[in-house]
Amino acid sequence: MIASQKSSHTKASHGSGAGAPILRAHKLGKKFSGFAAVEGVDLGVAEGSIHALVGPNGAGKTTCFNLLSKFLEPSAGDIFFRERNITRMRPADVARLGMVRSFQISATFPQMTLLENVRVVLQRAAGLAHQFWMPARALTRLDQEALRFLDMVGLSGQAGQLASSLPYGHKRALELATTLAMDPQLLLLDEPTQGLGHEDVEQVTELIRRVAQGRTVLMVEHNMSVISKICDRVTVMQRGQVLAEGSYDEVSRNPEVITAYMGDAEEGIHA
Amino acid sequence: MSWRSKAQLSTMWLILLLAVAAPWLGMYPVLGMRIMSFALFACAFNLMAGYTGLISFGHAALFGGAGYVTGLALTSWGWPTPAGIMFGVFVALVIGLAMGVLAVRRYGIYFSMVTLALAQIVYFYCLQADFTGGEDGLQGIPRGTLFGLSLQSDRVMYYVMLVVFVASWWFIRRIVRSPFGQILQAVRENEPRAISLGYRVNRYKLGMFLLSAGFAGLAGAMKAVIMGFETLTDVHWSTSGMVILLTLVGGLGTDLGPILGAVIITVLEEKMGAIGHFLEHITGVHWFASLNDNVSMINGAIFVLCVLLFRRGIVGTFNARWGGARAASG
Repeated sequence: MIASQKSSHTKASHGSGAGAPILRAHKLGKKFSGFAAVEGVDLGVAEGSIHALVGPNGAGKTTCFNLLSKFLEPSAGDIFFRERNITRMRPADVARLGMVRSFQISATFPQMTLLENVRVVLQRAAGLAHQFWMPARALTRLDQEALRFLDMVGLSGQAGQLASSLPYGHKRALELATTLAMDPQLLLLDEPTQGLGHEDVEQVTELIRRVAQGRTVLMVEHNMSVISKICDRVTVMQRGQVLAEGSYDEVSRNPEVITAYMGDAEEGIHA
Repeated sequence: MSWRSKAQLSTMWLILLLAVAAPWLGMYPVLGMRIMSFALFACAFNLMAGYTGLISFGHAALFGGAGYVTGLALTSWGWPTPAGIMFGVFVALVIGLAMGVLAVRRYGIYFSMVTLALAQIVYFYCLQADFTGGEDGLQGIPRGTLFGLSLQSDRVMYYVMLVVFVASWWFIRRIVRSPFGQILQAVRENEPRAISLGYRVNRYKLGMFLLSAGFAGLAGAMKAVIMGFETLTDVHWSTSGMVILLTLVGGLGTDLGPILGAVIITVLEEKMGAIGHFLEHITGVHWFASLNDNVSMINGAIFVLCVLLFRRGIVGTFNARWGGARAASG
């Protein structure tokens, strides 16, 4: 399934943003009892790219992310997935279209084994999700495929362990394996390296680069070295709005962006 | 097979053997049947509460509602017993569907409140409706026959109930481990993640609520046939409270907990008078003689002890201590 999806994923082809964006937001807004957390955000994620959403704390990244993944209802604007308006769709249905999100804290099923964690995903595609009359062994025919996904993230050796027994970095890897089992076209990753040790950050970064082959990734991320290594495009948010967009090099030289991050400190120096 | 599953299996066979032999060991069959109907009711409740984490406070409407309509079908319409029981289950499913559709979108206390409110509607309907006999209850439900076998004898009825109970328990256990049960476990452990994997979780919760309602209805219908009457007690909110108590004392989310809870609480209620007199006899404190009138106080005390000392219930605590990592499922 995965191997057959080899695509022409090269830095040059998607940095330009050619072709219709796979995910597009138009004048997206969200108000929480009067407070506009996100306002008038226009965003396009080019197919095949790794796109980062960054910004200082409280800039509205996570709200924006939750709006795009349909975990929050927008108060204004529209969202298009492959030019199909998904603004009013339910989150589970958006996931079925091939747009799968992760969560800030690792999202595994702790009291299930690694194998079961991945198998839960495969169950839906295999039509083995609502059979309450079938015995547990009906699921064993999905084991082989589940192991293959665990193997991709190097966890097939621990297939029988409970997810709760894994160290944090491995939980993130398990989460990626379950996400991959969905065979998504667009991955929405919410701070994938959050809370990881230095070595784990490198591993997870490498993993993201690998799984992005033939797919599109939109991620909220704080770690600039991760972004500079793997992201093709960066959108900077501030106070609920888009401040700048471009490649990492362009954005990191943008004076407005520098002010947004260092703002008060610099003013303090000049004063 | 691990020693634990072996131990569990032998416990199950031992319980079954005891249940088969019980009428010959001097147990009053009607008490046995009462225990089994409450145990089945608790297993049904546990299917929802133990495996979705949603505590229904309205299961009495399913249990008592089924009892009433089964009684109606057998007394007024003269239906054969199996058809009457199936009708009871069907009505429980219909009530369950109405309750479930409205309730599964809610969480925690809100879920409990919605189910309670809907169950109270059923209660007041039963209080007012003609066929229920109001405060007097529905009397004289005939046991009838099952495939030509007369159910008049308590022993015959006992074994029929035992077969129904064991088959239901086995099926409930299978549901928990089925592909469907696996999805529900995932939903319980991390609902947002299950949604992000494309599962419409409310449908799964509703499915589980319906299965739970069906078995609760079966328990209520069987009880009406066994006892020969149906009263408002079975649709009263205190019955919803009782089934929560049974399940929590035995162990929420365990296979055997609801059964153990039902045995303990039912036997205590039944034998409280004798226990009170015994305590009065050995201690000389006259107050103990009044224990029989204060059963709900004893139940309350058991509940408090259970919450304070073994929060996972008896079976849950046992599993956690001696059962290894996957204790919760045992």
